[in-house]
Amino acid sequence: MIKARVTVTLKNGVLDPQGKAIEGALGSLGFEGVGHVRQGKVFDLSLEGTDKVKAEADLKSMCEKLLANTVIENYTIAID
Amino acid sequence: MKSAVVQLPGLNRDRDMIAALTKISGQAPVTIWQTETEIPDDIDLIVIPGGFSYGDYLRCGAIAARMPVMQAIKQKAEQGVKVMGVCNGFQILVEAGMLPGALMRNTSLKFVCKDVKLEVVNAETDFTRAYGKGQIIRCPVAHHDGNYFVDADTLASMEDKGQVVFRYAEGTNPNGSLSDIAGVINARGNVLGMMPHPENLIEAAHGGSDGRGLFASALDVIAA
Repeated sequence: MIKARVTVTLKNGVLDPQGKAIEGALGSLGFEGVGHVRQGKVFDLSLEGTDKVKAEADLKSMCEKLLANTVIENYTIAID
Repeated sequence: MKSAVVQLPGLNRDRDMIAALTKISGQAPVTIWQTETEIPDDIDLIVIPGGFSYGDYLRCGAIAARMPVMQAIKQKAEQGVKVMGVCNGFQILVEAGMLPGALMRNTSLKFVCKDVKLEVVNAETDFTRAYGKGQIIRCPVAHHDGNYFVDADTLASMEDKGQVVFRYAEGTNPNGSLSDIAGVINARGNVLGMMPHPENLIEAAHGGSDGRGLFASALDVIAA
């Protein structure tokens, strides 16, 4: 069994209204000096088998096809 | 002209769309369910209505865009059949890669439900022939994720090719959409996506009929 974590974040230059709202809320809670808050998504997955090279290729394909919208998002893959 | 309306779990504007198409063409559209892999050959216009397909999970339209029926719709579009996506239908078309760009959360972070003004930027498409270039029409919007985004190079190319079809006009942009974009078309000119709901403004009982021209154009009937 292979465990993996996929992190999806917005590309630079794409406006993030939710990140902005969170940044504002942090400021109003008294956390000073917080900037550039960007909201993203994390997916934890487990994959059958032990072939990490295949797992990485499969995860990349999953990201390209569904987990990320590559028009606006980047992704990173971490395998345990 | 025969039309079809796509039905998916979570889409809820299908009935309004069916009513509009029936009233304007005098013929009820056929309905296409998500699992269908073939679309009848005599269909000239496929409409994907609005709603919240698959609960808007992951990203609006993301799951619907990967259902078998979308492969069938893609094939039809490649053969030249007209496809129109409204609201969630627009989100599904961009997620399916049938239209450029992406639709993000409204900058206000609020669901907007109101009338806006639209400028008909390109009146030479199969969907907008009933309007004049630069004409301002009224249209309702109802969405949470209508903030259109596309990279600068793609936007420039779209503007060149007349792919920006509708813009929010007179300061009515409800969602922070890039360049006030409300509706776009593919390069071939047979796939249109728009956030506003023209099906909800087609007759006096709606308080106006500004949306009628879209269906009249797409169905090739005289706009009344």
